[in-house]
Amino acid sequence: MAKVDYKALKAGGLMRQVQKEQFSMRLKTVGGQISAEHLKKIYEIANKYGQGYVHLTSRQGVEIPFIKLEDIEEVKREMATVGLLTGVCGPRVRTITACQGSSVCPNGLIETIPIAEKLDQRYAGLEFPHKFKFGVTGCNNNCLKAEENDIGIKGGVQPEWQVDPCTFCGLCEAVCPKKAIKVDRDAQTVTFEQDLCNFCGKCVKSCPNEAWTGKNGYSVYFGGLFGNQIATGKSIFPMIYDEDVLFKVTDRTLEFFKKRAKPGERFGLTLKRVGWEEFEKDLQEALK
Amino acid sequence: MSIKANDFIDITNVVCPITFVKVKVAIEELEPGEILEIKMSSGEPIQNVPRSLKEENHKVLQVVNNEDETYTVYVEKGEEL
Repeated sequence: MAKVDYKALKAGGLMRQVQKEQFSMRLKTVGGQISAEHLKKIYEIANKYGQGYVHLTSRQGVEIPFIKLEDIEEVKREMATVGLLTGVCGPRVRTITACQGSSVCPNGLIETIPIAEKLDQRYAGLEFPHKFKFGVTGCNNNCLKAEENDIGIKGGVQPEWQVDPCTFCGLCEAVCPKKAIKVDRDAQTVTFEQDLCNFCGKCVKSCPNEAWTGKNGYSVYFGGLFGNQIATGKSIFPMIYDEDVLFKVTDRTLEFFKKRAKPGERFGLTLKRVGWEEFEKDLQEALK
Repeated sequence: MSIKANDFIDITNVVCPITFVKVKVAIEELEPGEILEIKMSSGEPIQNVPRSLKEENHKVLQVVNNEDETYTVYVEKGEEL
């Protein structure tokens, strides 16, 4: 029998188990969405080839444990009938995670799923010096933990106030968690301190008169890690309002990672070693 | 400007989602255009209850900070959606 290439299997989402020649099979998911049709196939495969259960990973993945080496090709063929693919592991762009975003969640400020899908189309499975994780979260509630990722994208809104519709009711001041807004009912004035604003959009969402509107955008965090070592991703420039600019930033970041990281070095540690200033300069070059 | 309310409810002693449930029940008793005065706590209630009222077509007229971690919110009942 030919020697088993465990590394190739792992790259294709088949993780070796403690049990000999059995694998936990990782499936491809994007933004934590799985169609009912795929779920049905997963159910069938887990029953027929696994042990009748799946494991949900910490990053919105699904794994079917106890797939036998000799069944792998047959399982993949069955999956292909409905377009279900295996995921990836190892030094490459991993599952793109996302919350449900503004098309479903009342708190959402950006459409997260289309962003996750586009990131997946651009980078899925591409090889890098180490694993690289993207996470997309729709608002400051941060359900998808943007700062834990190598690149985290968080929805926000830059609020803008207009005098005409305003009734000076004071609700925006009451809901602002950063105390960036002051309403003087008697003087009929509203003051907004931009530096205090965290772009959460609570003023916009709650204003009864649409006096607060805003421009929705993306805050980007770099270099987060939450494994053997822990680092919080950092934001290094103001919000981005344009999707094309967002992808320019992600393209350039991955190029930088590929060029500058040592093999086996996570992005956050590369940034620490070569210096954030250098990365910032490089990004600014791209955004010119 | 002081607003004359048609009814008053204190939801400072309950937590989400009972806060909004109580408000909903109270506002159902009113006619469109009538005003409910609601006393609520800062934090989650003030951030969520007025927003839910907006989603149900009611209109916040005024918010008074009582300077004791509570707010008094005056809401005008809207037409049924």
